[in-house]
Amino acid sequence: MNAPRTSDPVAAPGGLRADLQAFVERAAARDVLVVQPRMGMTDPEAMGAGLRAVAATEATTVGTITVDSYTRVGDLTVAETAVRKGLALNGYPIATHRPEVTRAMLDRVPAAVPVQVRHGSADPRHVFEAMSTTGLYASEGGPVSYCLPYSRMPLAEAAEAWSEACYRLTEEAAAHGRRAHLETFGGCMLGQLCPPSLLVALSVLEAMFFVQRGLRSVSLSYAQQTHAVQDVEALAALGALADEYLPSGIAWHSVLYTYMGVYPRTPEGARLLLESSARVAVRGGAQRLIVKTVAEAHRIPTVEENIAALEFASRAAAGARTEECALPWAWEADYSRIHEEARALIEAALEADSDVGAALHRSFRHGVLDVPYCLHRDNAGRARGAIAACGRLVWAARGSMPLPWRENGGGVRVTSDRLLGMLQHTARTHDHAALTRRAPRARELPDG
Amino acid sequence: MSETSSTALRPPNLHVLLTTVSSDSHTWNLVYLQLLLEELGCQVTNLGACVPDALLIDEVRRIRPDAVVCSTVNGHGHIDGARMIRWLRADPDPAVATIPVIIGGKLGIAGDRDPELLAELLEAGFTTVFTDQARPEDLDLALGRLQPGTAGRPRAALAGAR
Repeated sequence: MNAPRTSDPVAAPGGLRADLQAFVERAAARDVLVVQPRMGMTDPEAMGAGLRAVAATEATTVGTITVDSYTRVGDLTVAETAVRKGLALNGYPIATHRPEVTRAMLDRVPAAVPVQVRHGSADPRHVFEAMSTTGLYASEGGPVSYCLPYSRMPLAEAAEAWSEACYRLTEEAAAHGRRAHLETFGGCMLGQLCPPSLLVALSVLEAMFFVQRGLRSVSLSYAQQTHAVQDVEALAALGALADEYLPSGIAWHSVLYTYMGVYPRTPEGARLLLESSARVAVRGGAQRLIVKTVAEAHRIPTVEENIAALEFASRAAAGARTEECALPWAWEADYSRIHEEARALIEAALEADSDVGAALHRSFRHGVLDVPYCLHRDNAGRARGAIAACGRLVWAARGSMPLPWRENGGGVRVTSDRLLGMLQHTARTHDHAALTRRAPRARELPDG
Repeated sequence: MSETSSTALRPPNLHVLLTTVSSDSHTWNLVYLQLLLEELGCQVTNLGACVPDALLIDEVRRIRPDAVVCSTVNGHGHIDGARMIRWLRADPDPAVATIPVIIGGKLGIAGDRDPELLAELLEAGFTTVFTDQARPEDLDLALGRLQPGTAGRPRAALAGAR
């Protein structure tokens, strides 16, 4: 199996925040899955208390600072007004609070726990700049994954901005004796209905983009989709391709996101889905999991709901290492198909240009990469994903992508009714399974 | 869905400009509505996420659609939507100022205030307003009431009063 490449442990001199990659490597060596919430509060006091609570759980955790949506789009005047008036934003305005305020907040969070900044910016330069001034060097995103789904920024512009931001972050980290870490968001495109091979390909391409721009420590994401065995195969393929395409000397790990589409409405359904994601993470060989909570379908979760989700996921992950879990391990799964498809997409993209930023831009322009249901004008928009009868996510239309396999979607026509059904499929099956008090069978067992 | 009866009421090949409000980055609602509108026989131009007011108005001027359908789910629809429609209704070009505009979705962050928001948005200048309880046939019927080209009551006077 392709074990993630490890790095020389970066010693964290007294008081310095732990290195995210080294922390995950140490946990993996003990067979422990690292779990992480999404969390962002406007008030530094509340943000610090949330981070301390995450650090104090029974689980092995990474802390998260999620920035607010005004900071995300670079509307810093609005963020500043809100802070001055004491209004609540939907995240931590990291570029608005003075650096000494954020540093003082972080001083009270145990330094042994890494902290990652999550932001969603198509142009992250101001976010990375603010991170650097507060001693934080771990973040996430990518030129494709934070541009195409949520912004109107041209892809070429986003790639430029991300290039500059990556160089700056690595320089700043090095100047302070630290190592920058970036996680790709490319494995999570639009949250649902993007077949695994494209998610895996985009995650690898964004990791290569980071590495070309100076990063020596990266993580590759993949979001749980509709079929547990298929997700194990996808994580296995992601690991194999990261090993193949990332140069030696680059330390990396893979990270799974609990389902990001329409979430079950019942607490029991939500827990079943979280449990399933923890098992997929362990069996598929991911070393970190970004969790969701029982409140997800309704509102932004509280700190308590996040802690409960982290501890529940951590216990489920430990259980997945026993024989009670019916899922195959990555080395038992036949991941050849996802591997081959993803590899074909990566190769086709890299043919366009030796610079990964330019390669991504050109590939999208020519439809060689085409994210299903993505409305951004730099995306061809001819591909379609669909959920097959067996629960697997398949291609209903491939656009101009050079996928090596011909069959797949079986001529599924995606109508408005069918789209609604597919968007709600996972929530519905888990709410239903919770009612009847059993795991959704078809999702747990390998297809016959 | 009562497709035959309503389709008979509606002129064929209605060109719909599909959009959302400036602060809303959600797109699954837009993807769904595009499919639904196409199934109802409309030609659709989909502007995608986070559409600035000025861009929408420019596109109405350029494309000359028969109607605008605005879908929003982030809870800021009542703020961003009202601002956008007042601006559009005040446009000096009568073809822009009188275009039928339908808005629907999660209009506010608290569902129970929706009846109030609905009235406010109608007064601001929308032709039709739907909450997130609307069914596909409601949109079909609303489109059926439109007259392409000349559809919608002139709203310039109303907008000018504000």
